[in-house]
Amino acid sequence: MAEPTRPAEPIIEVRDLHKHYPLTRGIVFRKQVGAVRAVDGVDLDLCAGETLGVVGESGCGKSTLAKLLVNLERPTSGAIRYKGEDITRLSARALRAVRRNIQIVFQDPYTSLNPRMTVGDIVGEPFEIHPEAAPKGDRRRRVRELLDVVGLDPAYVNRYPHQFSGGQRQRIGIARGLALRPEVIVADEPVSALDVSVQAQVVNLLERLQQDFGLGYVFIAHDLSIVRHISDRIAVMYLGRIVETGREAEICDHPTHPYTQALLSAVPVPDPSARGRGPAWDGGGDEGHGGGAGNGGGGGRIILSGDVPSPADIPSGCRFRTRCWKARERCAGEEPHLAVPEPFRDVRGPARHDSACHFAEVRRVVPGGGRRAAE
Amino acid sequence: MSTGPSTGIGTGPNNGPKTGTPPGGAGVPGGEPGAPAPSGGALRSGGPLLEVRDLRVEFRTRDGVARAVDGVSWSVAPGETLAVLGESGSGKSVTAQAAMGILDTPPGRITGGEILFRGRDLLKLREDERRRIRGARMAMIFQDALSSLNPVLTVGDQLGEMFTVHRGMSRRGARAKAVELMERVRIPAARERVGQYPHQFSGGMRQRIMIAMALSLEPDLIIADEPTTALDVTVQAQVMDLLAELRRELGMGLVLITHDLGVVADVADRIAVMYAGRIVETAPVHDLYKAPAHPYTRGLLDSIPRPDRKDADLYAISGLPPNPVAVPPGCAFHPRCPMARDVCRTGEPELSRVSAERESACFFWRECLRG
Repeated sequence: MAEPTRPAEPIIEVRDLHKHYPLTRGIVFRKQVGAVRAVDGVDLDLCAGETLGVVGESGCGKSTLAKLLVNLERPTSGAIRYKGEDITRLSARALRAVRRNIQIVFQDPYTSLNPRMTVGDIVGEPFEIHPEAAPKGDRRRRVRELLDVVGLDPAYVNRYPHQFSGGQRQRIGIARGLALRPEVIVADEPVSALDVSVQAQVVNLLERLQQDFGLGYVFIAHDLSIVRHISDRIAVMYLGRIVETGREAEICDHPTHPYTQALLSAVPVPDPSARGRGPAWDGGGDEGHGGGAGNGGGGGRIILSGDVPSPADIPSGCRFRTRCWKARERCAGEEPHLAVPEPFRDVRGPARHDSACHFAEVRRVVPGGGRRAAE
Repeated sequence: MSTGPSTGIGTGPNNGPKTGTPPGGAGVPGGEPGAPAPSGGALRSGGPLLEVRDLRVEFRTRDGVARAVDGVSWSVAPGETLAVLGESGSGKSVTAQAAMGILDTPPGRITGGEILFRGRDLLKLREDERRRIRGARMAMIFQDALSSLNPVLTVGDQLGEMFTVHRGMSRRGARAKAVELMERVRIPAARERVGQYPHQFSGGMRQRIMIAMALSLEPDLIIADEPTTALDVTVQAQVMDLLAELRRELGMGLVLITHDLGVVADVADRIAVMYAGRIVETAPVHDLYKAPAHPYTRGLLDSIPRPDRKDADLYAISGLPPNPVAVPPGCAFHPRCPMARDVCRTGEPELSRVSAERESACFFWRECLRG
């Protein structure tokens, strides 16, 4: 709420980050025959106390990005700077110190907690790895305190994960993430495995913790509604790259990239009176190649044809062109850069934000969108 | 009812206005602004296509008996889309499995109720009679297309099997039918892809194959259990549109089992909300979204963020859905309900009529409607 405070210095800066997984053939003579370009040139900034939402469909590289941010994966190239220091090149010892400040919460609360450890051990484990964070005698108390903070009964310390529901397990995961008092938490789809009535509890908890502890979040999800709710800024990812980024209202109410527009218009709105926007089936278009989505005009629903191409075989030029209804020759030859598109460079207002499209234009796709567009 | 005169599967003498839910009520709720025009009522040949009456299903577990479905009634008319909405453990999928006759019966057991398909009680049929209806007259689509398809058979073989087994067609004829079906669900290059295996298709395309399979014998009714939950949003929109269009084209009834209020708003005519094995509210979709008549529905609607606006705070329903072996006495929702009073802890609210087409199982539905 209120104004997102925006200190000049970003706490995390990601520059031209790549993560390619080699594809090899042969057992004796291994030969690289290609690469899955999971993350393929990403730039991001995160300021202290801010929430950056990253949205994209499965296979767009958002989870790989999460792992890179917390150094669970080493990038192929590029830099991740934490307070100006590139954490991809640190020694093991220096890295450990940085890791205290950047923690992760995983998607699946069923597999990300060790079933043989008690809740107390799970939440207290970070103290074993970072003994300087809490003196030994104090740990038990700290664990109880953490459980209390995330809304679990501290009396549960000796229980095992299977004795908890999904929402409660996610709270355990969050308590573990908080243990070392990090400045940044990377949350990879933290609520998508939860029941609808429990999702809101966890989202509210994350927001309260942010206010109480001044946390910065990188909130990764496929659900634009939730991302919009929690984020100050949003980055839309497609096939390993960010295609559009800006303030939450800029992206949701004034999207300029066709992919963002399609993504937004596909989100089912819980309001039957919004039904007039669909359905529109484009009829043709073979999987991932040629043929664009139909209905370019009007405020109707945009239905993309085909699926996301394989990250091992990314189209030339603009990577979205195979599903884009606006694609022209230029899109195949020249990859658009993420910058303020030319028509909006000299204007003020919400349309002026970064978008990687040669033919960017504002199109309101969400029914009733722009209700609070005026800023 | 009992054995009844209706032997044919045709329209049958659809035993007139019985108790319970109003038959085929979806239509046009008078004077609604955005009335659901596309749900063409022309095909409504009278009574409901499928009617579930007071269904009860129990599961014996180590911790006790779970009443997964505890007196559920709903009906769906030809050409109508009914959404059964609920969270995990609410009993929505078990209802569907019981209706379809694919409930795993060692742990599960149907302990009461009727499932009437065009007036015939499916629960009283012999297994071979049941099988003739299942697949041919009513078909089901599952959430996970990859595990529902056989990985070692080509898509064409699996689609064609429906015709060789049920219709006694030749292999070649069945193959041609398979191609036709794949074209019908808009799978590009169907002729070339009919010989491919499920893993060679993307998630959205596999779900289309599932839909094609369900459509193959031209059923009157399709039950779709979370058909798009495993798919990405852009693909989800494609698949939902396809389903809606085919339903219109073929005049089928559609029962959509889902947890997603957004999907329901997009396609359903009528909605039944389940909680802890019971229906807590049923209403035409427009009415329900405009003013829910049960606090659980209201809580659900308030707790989902919307893409078209940013709300300061999300309302969160407190607590957790109950354990099915230990459902709270009285109204099952009372421990989580902001409106709960003493009666809610002891008295079990029945579904009561709110208007001609709506029912709510809350003592205080009037208050809830007022908001």
